[in-house]
Amino acid sequence: MTELSERQQLSYIASQAADARLNVELETEGMTLNIGPQHPATHGTLRIIARLDGEQVVWAEPSAGYMHRGYEKLTEVRTFPQVTTLINRIDWLGSFANEVPFILAAEKLMEIEAPPRAQVIRTILFELSRIANVSLFLGDLGVQMGATTPAFLAFRDREYVLNLIESATGGRFHPNFDRIGGLKDDLPKGWINETTAVVKRLIGFCDENEDLLFGNEIFQSRMRGIGVIPAHVAEEYGLSGANLRASGVDYDLRRDNPVGLAWDKADWKVWTHPDGDSWARCWIRLQETRESCKIVLQLLEQIPAGPIMTKVPRIIKVPEGEAYVSTENPLGEMGYYVVSKGDLGPFRVKIRSASFNNISITPWVLKGVYVPDIITILASLYFILGDIDR
Amino acid sequence: MISVLAVEIPYWGQSLLRVLGGLVAVLLPAGAIVYLFLFKMMSFMQSRLGPMEAGPYGSMQLLAEVGKWLQKEDISPDNVDKTVFKLAPVVVLLSTFLLIVVVPFGPEAVFADLDAGVFYFLAVGSVSVLGILMAGWASANKYSLLGGLRAAGQLIAYELPMVLATLGVVIQAESMNLNRIVEVQNTEAIFGFEWLGNPFVITQFLGFLIFMIAVQAELTQPPFDMPIAESELVSGYMTEYSGFRFLMFFIAEFATAGVFAFIAATLFLGGWGVPFEWFGWDNLDDVSWWMNIVGPLILFTKMLALVFVIMWVRFTYPRFREDQLQTFAWKFLIPLSLANIAVTAILKVAV
Repeated sequence: MTELSERQQLSYIASQAADARLNVELETEGMTLNIGPQHPATHGTLRIIARLDGEQVVWAEPSAGYMHRGYEKLTEVRTFPQVTTLINRIDWLGSFANEVPFILAAEKLMEIEAPPRAQVIRTILFELSRIANVSLFLGDLGVQMGATTPAFLAFRDREYVLNLIESATGGRFHPNFDRIGGLKDDLPKGWINETTAVVKRLIGFCDENEDLLFGNEIFQSRMRGIGVIPAHVAEEYGLSGANLRASGVDYDLRRDNPVGLAWDKADWKVWTHPDGDSWARCWIRLQETRESCKIVLQLLEQIPAGPIMTKVPRIIKVPEGEAYVSTENPLGEMGYYVVSKGDLGPFRVKIRSASFNNISITPWVLKGVYVPDIITILASLYFILGDIDR
Repeated sequence: MISVLAVEIPYWGQSLLRVLGGLVAVLLPAGAIVYLFLFKMMSFMQSRLGPMEAGPYGSMQLLAEVGKWLQKEDISPDNVDKTVFKLAPVVVLLSTFLLIVVVPFGPEAVFADLDAGVFYFLAVGSVSVLGILMAGWASANKYSLLGGLRAAGQLIAYELPMVLATLGVVIQAESMNLNRIVEVQNTEAIFGFEWLGNPFVITQFLGFLIFMIAVQAELTQPPFDMPIAESELVSGYMTEYSGFRFLMFFIAEFATAGVFAFIAATLFLGGWGVPFEWFGWDNLDDVSWWMNIVGPLILFTKMLALVFVIMWVRFTYPRFREDQLQTFAWKFLIPLSLANIAVTAILKVAV
């Protein structure tokens, strides 16, 4: 350590004092900005309380619960087949994917298994709902940043997927199609050819979106290096889905947690990205949409013949016990912890929805960013309000 | 005494004509831009049809929209600064009317033929900042305030590249009179090739690009629409406005787009004129009287072509972040436009 002369020490103290005086004189008062509950960027009614210094966020906190519908409690007064009607509405963009883990949990308790044909069709519909969900995300990403065109392209092509889901299940948004022990109906005539055409169209949409939005320099400069989440932080906060894989963690429940569905019958890849920034999260989702398209195309060619329903009693009583099944839903890991006391309905259901954990990282990741970056980070974390509040 | 088609018009008549002309010159481009680009072109780019019900191909939609806005309640929240709040849209719209004053529509069809026309439009072009700041401050809304401050910072930052880009034209034309700039572009020749005249978009291409980028920012169109930024600031400084006052902001937005495109067409595309060579005219005094009627149409066409580019960018690009926008202006556009001026000046003296 170098010796300081007395003179140097005095001048240092004086400069510190001057700095302190300046800081007191120029001290700016913080502003608390309520982003939401009614705000275009929050996809519903999420409220982010942000304390700003200028346009910089000093402190931020999400405040959820404005759309709480009490589904966990409501399941206790429903019979098992009735529950799917409720949980359809959790992640309303990929409804079919919500039903699957609950039905799987109930099947696990009853120790039955759906026939292979039902399993494959379940997987196809699951991936179609993922495509419907994430393609909207890819379009909405532009709107969050002021580019309106990608959203309309997304809505245009998503329409075909919704039509497919409707023709197979009867419901565009809320299929309510999965049953304990199989599926409600078989696929309609001509559905497979139609689906092949639509999925190829969706691959085209992914290419178009990559050109229009991801290739844009402004988009890249808004996204790259913004909202970086390191792998260990992502794991600590319990992120899942594309948000986790974008931080470089190679973890996909479709591959790592086989629950009986047909993902292992297709050849596909789990994408990860080392960066962990907003760009990585969006890019992972783009690649996953393509992978979903690949899965659907491959599974369409290997739907086995056979029944779509196993033998289940007319009045379903689930034996006593507890089961947890989670799957890789469009938004991340979604799990149902079902406790049954041997009645017609579940005794207690705990729903682990992906968005609730995914937005829990916002206080950590929003600290120090600018107001425009709040929007891009929230957009790239991708939450659905129904999935947060249930 | 000014005479139109050999009929002498008294002073009050002239004033009336000017007021009517000003209204037409501001509102007609605004309407055309909103219908052609905002309704139709945007829809076609986004694979939809746009308005189709009101009138053939939805051409009466604009009237329906205006009717809707006129019927809406004029809400002003409790805490607003009433006077400033009500004055702000008027100030913004006023700056558009001030701008149109110097635009030449024909050899004699000018509202005011100022010798320092370029200087004038650069000066009054920033009056709208005042209105936007007033709106942002008086609304008593945090989003409005952020939007207003962003707008002020942005408009001031992009005023400079615009001034510097225009300077290149002024050096080349040796005049600040807009009609003279039109004359120079239509009479001079590029390397002895007279048929095309000398539209400055060719010799001042860099200046043209910088000018158009600055116009895009002045109009707060994407990718420079942070002051409005509907996904961040709801609607920025316009958040609290409704009904007719919102309509005034809306008209001002698109009318200003039209006026800036008029000015860009005048500075870089030869304005109301066609190359004088085509009709054997030598200078401005030679030009036939009927150019006063055809000229506005030519200028209008050029304006639509430029607005097409502005809107094309608007519907394609996402928006910058505030600091990226400032960096782009100060570290890239301004040095580039300074270099442009230096090169122009050197070539002007040397050649």
